[in-house]
Amino acid sequence: MPLLPLPVAIAAHVHDGDSVALEGFTHLIPFAAGHEIIRQRRRELHLIRMTPDLIYDQLIGMGCAARLSFSWGGNPGVGSLHRLRDAVEHGWPRPLALSEFTHAELAVAYQAGASGLPCGLMRAYAASDLAGLPAPSVRALECPFTGARLSAVPALTPDVTILHAQQIDAAGNVLIRGIIGAAKEAALAARRVLVTVEEQVESLGAHMNALVLPAALISAASLVPGGAYPSYAQGYYARDNRFYRAWDEIARERGTFGAWMQRHVLELRDHATLLRTLGVAA
Amino acid sequence: MSGAGYTRDEIMTVTAARQLRNGAVCFVGIGLPSAACNLARLTHAPELVLIYESGTVGTRPVVLPLSIGDGELAETATCIVPLPEIFAYYLQRGRVDVGFLGAAQIDCFGNLNTTVIGDYARPRVRLPGAGGAPEIATQAREVLIVMKQTPRSFVPRLDFRTSCGYLGGAREREASGCPGAGPRAVITDYGVLRPHPETRELELAALYPGVTATAAQAATGWPLRIAAALETLPAPTPAELAALRDLEARTQRAHAAPIHIKLPQAH
Repeated sequence: MPLLPLPVAIAAHVHDGDSVALEGFTHLIPFAAGHEIIRQRRRELHLIRMTPDLIYDQLIGMGCAARLSFSWGGNPGVGSLHRLRDAVEHGWPRPLALSEFTHAELAVAYQAGASGLPCGLMRAYAASDLAGLPAPSVRALECPFTGARLSAVPALTPDVTILHAQQIDAAGNVLIRGIIGAAKEAALAARRVLVTVEEQVESLGAHMNALVLPAALISAASLVPGGAYPSYAQGYYARDNRFYRAWDEIARERGTFGAWMQRHVLELRDHATLLRTLGVAA
Repeated sequence: MSGAGYTRDEIMTVTAARQLRNGAVCFVGIGLPSAACNLARLTHAPELVLIYESGTVGTRPVVLPLSIGDGELAETATCIVPLPEIFAYYLQRGRVDVGFLGAAQIDCFGNLNTTVIGDYARPRVRLPGAGGAPEIATQAREVLIVMKQTPRSFVPRLDFRTSCGYLGGAREREASGCPGAGPRAVITDYGVLRPHPETRELELAALYPGVTATAAQAATGWPLRIAAALETLPAPTPAELAALRDLEARTQRAHAAPIHIKLPQAH
């Protein structure tokens, strides 16, 4: 599989109005791909992600998103995602519609999408106000065999799922190791799958039960070392917890956020330049 | 630091840790729950099995993770499973003994809000949302809650009920079909609240040394009842304090370490 420059892959596979899932649970969050979406000024996206994290704070704050499907929207261990909050609380820079899930529900929604089912099933939990929202994510039903109370979650089938992974081999097979979250389900649920990788190798040398996404599943791949920074890539670099803490101040005000994005995303040509600008890479 | 040689935060974490029995399978939330669970593992409960929702099972982190999925959790885990499996095969299947949660708001029946302050459609504060909490609160065999006690967080009425405790009290939770028993204790910076066996209303069951019931009541937004046998909790032992302070010092050093990424030569 030929590797594409990231701007070419994003231009070809992410369109205005698409539903887009950038997955990776804390680990392997595709920041470089998210930044390229911002540089290409995509609009009206339906963003899907279990934990929106800093990358969706950035996409939302830059006005790329019309809707967010998510299950936990904070800066883990630090506090709020201020841009997400500003969009929900004040409609800035534009109103953001929310589809609110629990982690378990969103996982089941991806599994249903990956399985070609219209919905997935789970046990119904006791009266949460989530069930009373105008557009609840789940509906109740009864098990036809036992009568048990269940919840049905409609399948999620993103137009495109974007993942960051450690390695791609010469044939285009992709290896993910470490915390895998719902990456596999999100990829198999999607119409198109775009990956960025730390490195290309001749052969993955993966153990038998490793998480390998076969080349046939991948629509496009780009080589982007450091592409998950400031999240991390197990075996390559650690999560920059200092940056996650610093983001709290950067994103708190619209002005400081806008200036940071201008200087670190819009004015830079690629992720390697960002890493050098931040002093993370030599 | 009080004259007692420990802070209220420290005795809260130590007291939360003491609630965990050795060998239990514990589903851990980030922040205070994570500190308490790891302190328990480093002191009286070395066989505690810690599960984080990132899919790390049996993890034994040397430093506390900042996020729920730091590499530290992966590197020290017995195994890493896909996130859907953690919720379906471990939690929903009934393999979790204790769920350990925090929240922005709690009511007198241990119901929790992590969604919004104010009206849902026009929130004053948009909180992170549900995460794993609704299923943990329902499906773990029992639940521990750790939260700082203030009238703003211990409220007469939640702005939004994200996760259930005892719902409206008495037997309402059982009647709803929840498999887990619900909150066993709420550990605060004043002491411990426990549900009344009949009404399930949280009452003040224990206080830290030197803390008064009046002060705990003043920090609660509902008229907090006092249990018939109000205990005074033991102060942290030197061993507990040393383990907690070492853990926190290691964690601070680790989180302050700069990150270096080696980029291949440009071509």
